[in-house]
Amino acid sequence: MATPRVLILRAAGINCDEETEHAWRLAGAEPERIHINRILERPRRLLDYQVVTLPGGFSYGDDIASGKILATQLRLHLMTVLEEFVGRDGLLIGICNGFQVLVKAGLLPGAGLPRATVTYNDSGHFEARWVTMRAESSSCVMVEAGEVLSMPVAHGEGKVIVERRADGDALAILKTAGCVALRYINPSGGPAGYPFNPNGSEGDIAGLCDRSGRVFGLMPHPERFHDRLQRAGADRDLNADNDGLRIFRRAVRYFA
Amino acid sequence: MNRTLWRFEVRPNPDHPDPAGQATLVALREFGLDGIDRVETARLYIVEMAADTANAERVARELLADPVSESFEIASDDAPFPSGDRAAIEIHYRPGVMDPAAASTRRAIADLGIPVESVRTARRYVFHPAPDGATLRWIGRLLGNDCIEEVVPGRKPLAALPKPIQRERDVRTVAIRGLSDDAMRRLSRDGHLFLSLDEMRAIEREFARLGRDPTDLELETLAQTWSEHCVHKTLKSAVVYRGAPFPSLDDDGASSIAETLIERRYENLLRDTIARATDDLIRRDIGPTCLSVFKDNAGIIAFDERDGIAFKVETHNHPSAIEPYGGAATGLGGCIRDVLGCGLGAKPIANTDVFCVAPPDWPADALPRGVLHPRRVLCGVVAGVRDYGNRMGIPTVNGAIHFDPRYLANPLVFCGCAGIIPRDRIEKAARPGDAIVLIGGRTGRDGIHGATFSSAELTGTHADEFSHAVQIGNAIEEKKLLDVILQARDWPAADGTRRCLYSAITDCGAGGLSSAVGEMGAAIGADVDLKRVPLKYEGLRYDEIWISEAQERMVLAVPEPDVETFHSLCRSEDVEATVIGRFTDSGRLVVRYDGRVVGDLDMQFLHEGLPRTTRAAEWRLRSADAPRPPPSTTTDFAGELLGRLADPSIASKEWVVRQYDHEVQGRSVVRPLNGRRDDGPSDAAVLRPRLGSDRGIAIGCGLCPSLSDVDPYWMAVAAIDEALRNVVCVGGDPSQTAILDNFCWGRTDAAEPLGALVRACQGCHDAAIALGAPFISGKDSLNNEFSVDPSEDPALVERLARLGLARDARQIAIPGTLLISAIAIVPDVAVCVTSAFKRRGNPIYLVGRPARLGAFGPEFAPPFQIKVALATHRAIARSIQGGEILAAHDVSDGGLWVAISEMCIGGDCGADIRLNAPAPLTRHGGFHAFPSLYVVEVRADRETDFLSRLGDVPRLALGRTAEADANARLMIRWEPSAAPLSIPVDALRSAWRSAMRG
Repeated sequence: MATPRVLILRAAGINCDEETEHAWRLAGAEPERIHINRILERPRRLLDYQVVTLPGGFSYGDDIASGKILATQLRLHLMTVLEEFVGRDGLLIGICNGFQVLVKAGLLPGAGLPRATVTYNDSGHFEARWVTMRAESSSCVMVEAGEVLSMPVAHGEGKVIVERRADGDALAILKTAGCVALRYINPSGGPAGYPFNPNGSEGDIAGLCDRSGRVFGLMPHPERFHDRLQRAGADRDLNADNDGLRIFRRAVRYFA
Repeated sequence: MNRTLWRFEVRPNPDHPDPAGQATLVALREFGLDGIDRVETARLYIVEMAADTANAERVARELLADPVSESFEIASDDAPFPSGDRAAIEIHYRPGVMDPAAASTRRAIADLGIPVESVRTARRYVFHPAPDGATLRWIGRLLGNDCIEEVVPGRKPLAALPKPIQRERDVRTVAIRGLSDDAMRRLSRDGHLFLSLDEMRAIEREFARLGRDPTDLELETLAQTWSEHCVHKTLKSAVVYRGAPFPSLDDDGASSIAETLIERRYENLLRDTIARATDDLIRRDIGPTCLSVFKDNAGIIAFDERDGIAFKVETHNHPSAIEPYGGAATGLGGCIRDVLGCGLGAKPIANTDVFCVAPPDWPADALPRGVLHPRRVLCGVVAGVRDYGNRMGIPTVNGAIHFDPRYLANPLVFCGCAGIIPRDRIEKAARPGDAIVLIGGRTGRDGIHGATFSSAELTGTHADEFSHAVQIGNAIEEKKLLDVILQARDWPAADGTRRCLYSAITDCGAGGLSSAVGEMGAAIGADVDLKRVPLKYEGLRYDEIWISEAQERMVLAVPEPDVETFHSLCRSEDVEATVIGRFTDSGRLVVRYDGRVVGDLDMQFLHEGLPRTTRAAEWRLRSADAPRPPPSTTTDFAGELLGRLADPSIASKEWVVRQYDHEVQGRSVVRPLNGRRDDGPSDAAVLRPRLGSDRGIAIGCGLCPSLSDVDPYWMAVAAIDEALRNVVCVGGDPSQTAILDNFCWGRTDAAEPLGALVRACQGCHDAAIALGAPFISGKDSLNNEFSVDPSEDPALVERLARLGLARDARQIAIPGTLLISAIAIVPDVAVCVTSAFKRRGNPIYLVGRPARLGAFGPEFAPPFQIKVALATHRAIARSIQGGEILAAHDVSDGGLWVAISEMCIGGDCGADIRLNAPAPLTRHGGFHAFPSLYVVEVRADRETDFLSRLGDVPRLALGRTAEADANARLMIRWEPSAAPLSIPVDALRSAWRSAMRG
């Protein structure tokens, strides 16, 4: 099995890079944490990797809006190389703040599709809790349609909204295109509602992918569930499988 | 192109919700304003840049406004500016106040290729229907803080920033030699030196010896270094205690009732009590392996052969009283820097926070002038910890909130941080020749005599007097510091090993550069050029630069050969690093500005010259201040239980906990909430400091301020016992537990309050030794009192007096408060337990002996014996390790019945309690808090092992866990034949979760 090289992009305020590196290593990849300044100095360095991960945190303090300044940097300086990277069969994954960046840079849902954004939780503040999701997309490389996954969310701006369009239901267009990768569900598997949908996301969207299925982002944190003790450490009766690691493993298997 | 001022207003699209507006509306209603139906909010950016209209549009469209959810409006100073409407207010930072979003926004605009001079951010609120002028002003005071913000009705006209005050730069000397006592006292007071006459005279003698007058900078350096905050001169002074004898922890406590008075002399109160207990335990090899105690920014114990764990808790009380959000945020930021600056740098892995505030339902019209409402204080400090801790990427995992009316004007804010540090990175020492490198944020007038350089505009004595304490944090600046420091600490060397690029590091906190450089160079000498310090704005005098408490800065000693490597590392991550001087072997602290020497002090005098004093302390047993009345004996047991569960101090803190990221870094195993629905309370947190290893640490705390009214000795013993119990409940090893002390006291310049402090210190000493838990670090905050003026507000004074709160009807002092924070080794996190009941049919036991602490506690309880306590802690820990216990919870506020209820709530599981005989403990006595008492759920098939493991530790079989989920009920039978009292667990949960929601 070929070991994919994974670039984990650091920037001022990114703070989930170490556990993301740990999760990639457990999954069998060869991860490296690199500061964005190094990439801006030589953008084509991106092409040395099979996977690029934008981890969680508060890039540039989430000033203006979450992920906005880093997204603007990507858009202004790295868009061409990122498109080339994805075109060459690379995987681009954004987690939490990384997801906000991918959406705000226009990489998710992607060209030709209704635009989306990620905005303030309905509660008006940051919330941390465990959620359950169901995978809906059969094109997304990193999830398997129908699977149910639990992991924590921790964010103040995680509500996905899709632009209003006169020519039809934008949400339906995204679903048809296979871009709704993950949706929050309630404990019995139905439509989530608060707090199971922790932010008021439209269509209970927890994660999106592009048409190719190789650009993928989600608000919850798979890297915080790479080991069952993270869920069930003290509550041994809880049935727990390390759902987060499954996502990383699937990406590694993609390059097998 | 000329620079123009632009105003960008960004707001949610009309068809999108406005959560900030909704939250504002909720807040207004909570403060009793019902006349507003809707609030709209907007973000404002005031940008000075060289741009035409097209470029301004581009800034708005591409950067400031979200294309899907927001719209914008642009105005410039070229165009006619509309006047504001009467329903709006805008809140702008005052000039000079840190505006964290401004710098990153400025950089992002420059990234678009537009030359930009400055950015200021602000926020705007529009109220529907329009309130009258008085109401609008009231709302403004609620949403803004006059100390740091300007509230403008309507719309603030566009105007360039005022220029900062330019101070003259001549070297000033202060004539100190030969002053009369009165003139000396006046000099100390007017110069904000806060030095005693003795201390002023010591300085006079030193300069008489030198044959010159001190410069203003030298005086301020001495005042900072000798301040209560920096040297803890009260706790370290010699104290002669006269008063009631100290109880013995091993007999019936009768000696404490004795009328005979004792006299005891402490040469150094801290050293002879708290530090002595640690020395004693280390000498006898009891407790965890202590790697660094009391000498560094944080205490450090061994985690394993490779790493140590650093732990520190700080208070930030006065700043948080004035500006809760900024005060708590910078309090946490400072504590994180303490951990980052201990040894050669520990990596922070967990935060803690404890708040003591007045009850949130305090009447809004009974506030002393200048005092913020407790609800506003609490929401503000929670938001401050949330925004700083979450942005730093450090999980906030443990805490407590305690309510007492006496915290009204002096809320207490404790922030803690734990970190992991390689054992070969603990020793540090700056060496002569090392460069003094300042890194991080720029220096402004923050924390000097005003966070703002327009502070003269502030009105009201309160703001004037205290605004110097107000600081605003910028977490991302500190996160960048953390990133580069940890890389420099373990820099890859050519031979494949790792080496540290610096020889010493410390944080730049209270006292600013004056303290940081003075401490690092204490044993050698230092030579600093203040002209080199990067400034936020021009116009600072040299002494302002020297004592500024601007946030997010650290000082390192970097050997000359590594300076360039270190600088290029900092540059590569956009961290500013500046060589501001050198460490020397002169034994002197030399400070220069513009080529002139503005200070030249002998390090020996600076650090050892503080005159030592002997203080008198007195304490008498307080029969008059008897313990609070015992719990009521109402027959409505269920009503009493539900009432207790809803008590703010006991009720669920989920509204706070959910706002904190408690599992970033992926280390958390026991989180602050646990159980089937993740809503049960955790006694302590458990983390794995090293990803990939199952060895862990548990973090918990103990706090019993109400016992201070009876006897601070027992207050200290109870707090230590509670902290230990909390870490034991989750699987911590009580014989591998270290503790921290944080004292918050009223005035200690009189004998009686000092006597109370002595009793607490002695209690700390005795309990730490008896329980084998060494203190490794601590901090104190004194003078937490507030004066109210009877002539100004007679009704308030009368109210306070009626509540027994204001001493002499004009002085509110906090109860003597001691926070004990505990950190314990967890050998294997896989065996940790939580408080939630796990499943039906398991036996429930009460373990330990309900005991009375001196005069505190119900009559039926026997006196406290610490050897029983110790045996209980150890037995529970062994049984958790052995896998016999499935759930453990300590009996604290609300007693046995609240403990069982919380276990039911967490487990969504019922309990069937069957008591064979009525006993005082198991009815209303069960609402008492007791030391060293646990409720546990035992695996049914291991009950025999459990009982034999307990040995002779007292235990009482309470019953069994019962049906879970929808039909879960708490059932209690006091007599075998009687019908049970039966309460649905859902009812317990709703009561427990009914309190404040934030």
